[in-house]
Amino acid sequence: MSGPSTYNPKSGFERWLDTRLPLPRLLHDTIHTFPTPRNLNIWYTFGGILTFCLAIQIVTGIVLAMHYVANATLAFDSVESIMRDVNYGWLIRYMHSNGASMFFLAVYIHMFRGLYYGSYKAPRELIWIIGVLIYLLMMATAFFGYVLPWGQMSFWGATVITNLFSAIPVVGNHIATWLWGDFAVGDATLNRFFSLHYLLPFIIAAVVGLHIWALHVPGNNNPLGIDVKSPQDTVPFHPYYTVKDAFYLVLFVIFYALFVFYWPDFFGNPDNYQQANPLVTPPDIVPEWYLLPFYAMLRSIPNKLLGVIVMFGAIATLVFIPWLDTSRVRSCRFRPLMKQFFWAFLVACVLLGYCGGQSVDAARFGIPLVWVARIASIYYYVFFWLIMPIVGLIETPKKLPASIAQSVLGDTAAAPAE
Amino acid sequence: MRLTTVTLGTSLALGLLASTAAFAVDTTRLAPKDAAFSFQGPFGTYDRGALQRGYQVYKEVCSACHSAQHLAFHNLTEAGGPEFTEAQARALAAAAKVPAEPNDKGETTDDKGAPLMRSATLADHFPSPYPNENAARANNGSALPPDLSMIVKAREGGPQYVYSILTGFGGHAPAGFKVTDGKYYNPYFEGWNISMPPPLKDGTVTYSDGTKATVDQEAHDVVTFLAWASEPKLEERKRFGFGVMVFLVVLAGLLFAAYRRVWKDAH
Amino acid sequence: MAATTSDAGTRRDFLYVATGAMGAVGLAAIAWPFIDQMNPSTAALALASTEVDLSAVQPGQQVIVKWRGHPLFVRRRTPAEIASAKAVDVNSLPDPLAYNDNLPDNSPATDANRAIKPEWLILIGVCTHLGCTPTVSTPQMPEGDYGGWLCHCHGSQYDTAGRIRKGPAPRNLQVPPYSFLSATRIKVG
Repeated sequence: MSGPSTYNPKSGFERWLDTRLPLPRLLHDTIHTFPTPRNLNIWYTFGGILTFCLAIQIVTGIVLAMHYVANATLAFDSVESIMRDVNYGWLIRYMHSNGASMFFLAVYIHMFRGLYYGSYKAPRELIWIIGVLIYLLMMATAFFGYVLPWGQMSFWGATVITNLFSAIPVVGNHIATWLWGDFAVGDATLNRFFSLHYLLPFIIAAVVGLHIWALHVPGNNNPLGIDVKSPQDTVPFHPYYTVKDAFYLVLFVIFYALFVFYWPDFFGNPDNYQQANPLVTPPDIVPEWYLLPFYAMLRSIPNKLLGVIVMFGAIATLVFIPWLDTSRVRSCRFRPLMKQFFWAFLVACVLLGYCGGQSVDAARFGIPLVWVARIASIYYYVFFWLIMPIVGLIETPKKLPASIAQSVLGDTAAAPAE
Repeated sequence: MRLTTVTLGTSLALGLLASTAAFAVDTTRLAPKDAAFSFQGPFGTYDRGALQRGYQVYKEVCSACHSAQHLAFHNLTEAGGPEFTEAQARALAAAAKVPAEPNDKGETTDDKGAPLMRSATLADHFPSPYPNENAARANNGSALPPDLSMIVKAREGGPQYVYSILTGFGGHAPAGFKVTDGKYYNPYFEGWNISMPPPLKDGTVTYSDGTKATVDQEAHDVVTFLAWASEPKLEERKRFGFGVMVFLVVLAGLLFAAYRRVWKDAH
Repeated sequence: MAATTSDAGTRRDFLYVATGAMGAVGLAAIAWPFIDQMNPSTAALALASTEVDLSAVQPGQQVIVKWRGHPLFVRRRTPAEIASAKAVDVNSLPDPLAYNDNLPDNSPATDANRAIKPEWLILIGVCTHLGCTPTVSTPQMPEGDYGGWLCHCHGSQYDTAGRIRKGPAPRNLQVPPYSFLSATRIKVG
């Protein structure tokens, strides 16, 4: 909860700085003393983990850019030169490619946490919407980044996705040509994608600043979904959550390191170790795993324009969630009906991801996967546009605890001040 | 007469049915063979002997058609690879010819139009057998022999896939499958028709260390070499990784203790 | 009890200090690859050494080869050129040091200290004034007064051992590290 600052500069230098640029004050109020609910669990550590991921991507990316050449004839070889010749180039490249996968894994956990605990509900709607904007920027950044190694999948993935714009009536082809800078994906496209890939992460960093600022106005939500009522409900961010976030961050880094050092190509596609060839299309074109659910939605609709609309509509839907959910109770812990639909939604997303990674005519247990994708896509839309509004109205929530302190500390806690 | 016609007609019909049945044969490639390699697993390393023998197989057999342009001669001396001595690598380089820089008259070809060549040095990359893709296709029945620098990473199934291709020749095509003219039967290759003739036989190379050169051994060694060609930093990566994991686990332990101590009185 | 509290205090502080120290060590360790990546790559280092074939160079002729991004003068000296270089008194030179990477730093600039074999003079062709490439002097086209090189940028003149004799350049031309692999082949760097 933002309130008056409690910062008290101690040394002469601190006082001098505080009257000219109150940066220590800002850090003190937001990281040191910020009152944070005392019941935050593991799912609340992913905001800090995401900041770490962004920093890793920016640092490794800037270093890679010292050696990478954004030219269609040289790009593939420059990446191999990084892997073979540059000191520790292999490490920095694998950190960057696996870091992107970790970044998206963390962001999906972070988003699902928000859905489950109702963190998008008033007064935190804008935090959620800014978050959707960050997610969009991440997807654009990742898409541009994957094109840069100029492998077969880089080239053909770029071709498929940029061709989607030609589905727009009247101006579609002009837009596609304008994006390419040519009559097809080529050197002109690669150069501008490199420029944008370098730019967007800094825009993401700025929007993340807005995201955290917007969060610090009402303060954190918590797993019970009930408001902070008294100082007993909170603890100062430091040392309680600095140490907790640090611990879970290191666990996350262990998971990340397993991929970087032992399965560095697990999330990748072997076809991308072949240089791009505009005359040879790979048998299966797939984007990186974190874009597969949307890819599955796109392919499940036989009509090109409708497929594009359904795919982008799915992302746009996220913006309206704060107003689609009619429940007065935030957290699914106390929403027994909504909880079931939430888990079904998670299953639908995983199924969509699986379908996106298979070929279009694949079938499992006799069921064509395109029908699984269609049903899962329908459920995606139904979950947000029908289930969320209706369940909020008809559900009987469980009884909420009196306060966070009482829930955490039990009856021995002091009664919250009125 | 009528009986002959009927018999002929039935035979023709059955023959047509049989040939249509041929198109129904599923030519999906077989799952790769289960070959073990020393470099797999979290503590795996390359067998130095296999790498050197594998280089010999590449040089004497594969390099006639396949380039490996991402490899340079100095890579052969680096730690984690075949680890030839600098003198050995320099000799291997000198035996290879690369296109020469323009001479004093600015020419890059001799009187007959052939490109001027010079001996390679450690800094040079492995020379390609063909000057460009068109020449490669023209010499290989319009098929392009792929570059081998990354082949183990560029194929689904990795080293097991490449090993299966190399040792997968020689079988009999099943009934109903006809091998395309000019191609060879290999059920480990998608479509079962591969343009590459079987490259390895028993004794194709004579190993200088006396190892018996069976097809299996040659394939195993060249796949080890090609795996190193795709991932020259594998040993360094796993060594570094072990140190990082130990460090992180200890740090996680310390942080867990600190976390519990900070939160002890909060619950 | 006071003793227990202070014990608990130091125990707690030690844990935090140890954790913080370990974290700092980890950060420093992971920072090294990011710093080292800017050092020359193995591809650049592979080009750090060049071999030069001497067999085509005639007496009195110079060949220029690229080495580490600089021009390298490979000059086959005539007996007259060697004699005139040997005849010079080292103490009369503007720069009396040899600048030979194959010898200790304070070696004097005698002709013997400027070439491993007197017939072959190997020098980095960068004028020690401001970096231009000096022009070689031949009997057909003399450059400068000393039979060696003349730098046309600002008039520095070098003798047949590549030592500065006249002009603004402060030092003799640098002799790079090199060795003879055979009578007709040298390895530089």
